[in-house]
Amino acid sequence: MAYKLKELDYSILQQCMHCGMCLPTCPTYDTTKRERNSPRGRIALMRAVADDKISITQEFADEMSYCLGCLACETACPAGVNYAVLFETARSDIEQSKINNSLTRNFWRFLTLRGLFMHPRALRSAAVLLRWYQQFGIQSLVRKCHLTTFLPANLRRLEPQTPRICRKFSHQLIAAYENPMEPTTYRVALLTGCMQDLTFSDVNRDTADVLLANHCSVHTPPVQPCCGSLHGHNGETELAARLARRMIDLMPPENFDAIITNAGGCGAHLRHYHNLLADDPQYAERAREWDRKIRDIHEWLIQINFRPPHAAPAETPLHVTYHESCHLAHGQKITQQPRELLRSIPGVILTELPESNWCCGSAGVYSITQPEQSANLLDRKVKHILATGADVLATSNPGCHLQIAAGLECAGSTITLIQPITLLARAYRNEKKIPITS
Amino acid sequence: MPIVESIIHRLTEIVGIANVLTKIEDVLPYGFDGTATFEHLAAAVVFPQNTAQVAACVKLAAEHKISIVTRGSGTGLSGGSVPSGDCIVLCLVQMDAILEVDPRNLTLRAQCGAITAKIDEAASVHGLFYPPDPGSLKISTIGGNVAENSGGLRGLKYGVTRDYVMGLEVVLPDGRIIRLGNACVKDVAGYSMKDLFIGSEGTLGIVTEVLLKLLPRPAARRTMLATYERMEDAAETVSAIIAAAIIPCTLEFLDQMTIRCVEAYAKIGLPTDCAALLLMETDGHTAAVADEAEKMLAIAKAHGAREVTIAANAEESMKLASARRTAFSALARMRPTTILEDVTVPRSELATMVSFIAATANRHQLQVGTFGHMGDGNLHPTFLTDERDTDEMHRVHLALDEIVAKTLALGGTITGEHGVGLAKKQWLRQQLGDDSYELMRQIKHTLDPNQLLNPGKIFD
Repeated sequence: MAYKLKELDYSILQQCMHCGMCLPTCPTYDTTKRERNSPRGRIALMRAVADDKISITQEFADEMSYCLGCLACETACPAGVNYAVLFETARSDIEQSKINNSLTRNFWRFLTLRGLFMHPRALRSAAVLLRWYQQFGIQSLVRKCHLTTFLPANLRRLEPQTPRICRKFSHQLIAAYENPMEPTTYRVALLTGCMQDLTFSDVNRDTADVLLANHCSVHTPPVQPCCGSLHGHNGETELAARLARRMIDLMPPENFDAIITNAGGCGAHLRHYHNLLADDPQYAERAREWDRKIRDIHEWLIQINFRPPHAAPAETPLHVTYHESCHLAHGQKITQQPRELLRSIPGVILTELPESNWCCGSAGVYSITQPEQSANLLDRKVKHILATGADVLATSNPGCHLQIAAGLECAGSTITLIQPITLLARAYRNEKKIPITS
Repeated sequence: MPIVESIIHRLTEIVGIANVLTKIEDVLPYGFDGTATFEHLAAAVVFPQNTAQVAACVKLAAEHKISIVTRGSGTGLSGGSVPSGDCIVLCLVQMDAILEVDPRNLTLRAQCGAITAKIDEAASVHGLFYPPDPGSLKISTIGGNVAENSGGLRGLKYGVTRDYVMGLEVVLPDGRIIRLGNACVKDVAGYSMKDLFIGSEGTLGIVTEVLLKLLPRPAARRTMLATYERMEDAAETVSAIIAAAIIPCTLEFLDQMTIRCVEAYAKIGLPTDCAALLLMETDGHTAAVADEAEKMLAIAKAHGAREVTIAANAEESMKLASARRTAFSALARMRPTTILEDVTVPRSELATMVSFIAATANRHQLQVGTFGHMGDGNLHPTFLTDERDTDEMHRVHLALDEIVAKTLALGGTITGEHGVGLAKKQWLRQQLGDDSYELMRQIKHTLDPNQLLNPGKIFD
């Protein structure tokens, strides 16, 4: 994988023939109507860097930071431009130029990208501290005493949105190896993610349950590193490659029929380990095998012809609308499977969400780095959700989940957020409570 | 004249500081449009918010003899909005209001930056219809459509942009604002001045507002897909449908290369093993649609169609039309550079032209994908090449010259809907002949004696 635009295979840059089909689908172009904030404008800038027409300037770095990386442009692009690779290479080039370096930024990046998200045990320990902070009333005390004013402005604004850390993490809910009651047809590995593990470990349990209900034996290594998507999207290609190797060693792809992910943001990255490891003679072939085995949970269930549940997830019918995670819809092109799954659940009435595949503004750390644009997109999303009149918003990415939950709460809405797989798991569980009729 | 700091300052006074871009990172993405291989850096990009600001910018430019290149969304396919010389780009995308839909007169008034698809959406709220549908309709602006006199998939039955323009507001090269045309269906007061500006490619004036004619929305629509083993059979089918005095709304042709590229992107199950396909659509009164569809199906079968399938519903029809609109961009999957042509011939000559294109590409060892609006004789042979390969680019130019010569010999035109711009100006004199060519230049000189509006486009 190239670390600089100049090292990149030039034909990837040439693939863009600047027809403009991407413009109406780009959330930042839609906001500003400036070409530089559009996919083809950004690609033109990247090409200018590769051609030595411009250098990596602060403006260039700012522009790449303003891009959400939502990949809506990839869905729109008939020419098949690989924007994800262009974007990640540009960000990597920027990091190497050190143009963005500052003490604070370096500190936070060191703490997160090199520290916590390289060491899963340390990440869980930090989360335990955060849990205590939330549990023992310290958080409310800090808020009452306005101690949050000591935080940097961006974090202060986001402090009320700090995710609730789960009482138990995935390894405390899922055994390393679980077998279905009925005969095993598939052997799968389950990725528990980072945010998903800390804040939605119950969704991981639900995922395991749904897999078990569909004849899959489930292997869930108790300690899993970050998949590296965070590093890849933030210009730390070398770290991303290191994590990819660890992941492959931990869950050797040759041992499984599929490696299952339930977080849209991780999945898009997980499918492209061969890009990261193509030059590594030891891992290149295994990375290709890994990419072939990666399946989003919704995709996998449809592929194996999953069993539709015969009970409903709740006592009363649920009006559900579905928000698509960008990296599930645009990054992995998985759009129909989650809907099909939702439609299969008795008692779920699915209403389409207008602009369902338009970014909610979460986009990794975008809400921290670009708070204003992130808030614009969240407002737009919340308005559409409220207009559907749904009681439940289903979405399958922890980032979207947290962002939209905060937005809905802010709007005083009582709409609940549930990941589709949880609705399915609840329906399966309820089967045991009701006698099967017909 | 070079664009100095003081002029930039004056521009910021007119449109506001946020609406003038001069940094390299801001301006570079305005150095091209949807056309391959043309690129040039402007000195500044300016975003006027209303007609008065456009006029003020033009006056300032005229005063200092600075050239102006007008731009909408930059999706043009002849290099019409690529900057030239030391110029400022006037980008009109922020003047995008749809001002009025008048169901009593069947008209719609909009600012130049309104997006084409939004115009039809606004019309449809009243059960009305704006037919011109260029491939880029989701992002192209109506001002750009008027400047290029854009066509689309429905040209055969519904005509092109010109057929729907009833009135224009135009800023002249000296900054005067004029209004041409009106909401009257009949108007023969003097020369039809608005027609001079339609298709003038930004060289005579800047269109800032349009008054458009609307039609009642057709009650029914039927879409069919016919597949062929031989490209010529598809072309013969089109000629036979026209000869049978049937005017469907769409008769689109795609050759095998194009079908494969479109299918690779859209994944809608197009047959990738046939040599060509025709996408046929008829619309109008329910009974007439049923009758026409039946006749077209029979003609297609009689002319060697392997299979004819009928779209099951409106959604399927829309998918087919949307997929077809991606043809040009989808062809870019194959090679780094796509050189798109726009030659148009009388419909009786389609089969000859289609075979000639294939033979020419073959002779020069070039990859070509041909698609187009066959119903109106408009073809888009697209050469798939690499601009860095000078030898291959040379062969592309030879092939283009031959295709143009053949087109003109068959009584055709070098451009059916993309305009001359930069891409086709080398062949304009060849088509028009010296006298017509000079007359065109005289008009330009009369209206824009200092050559300030879009200089170097259409002719030097």
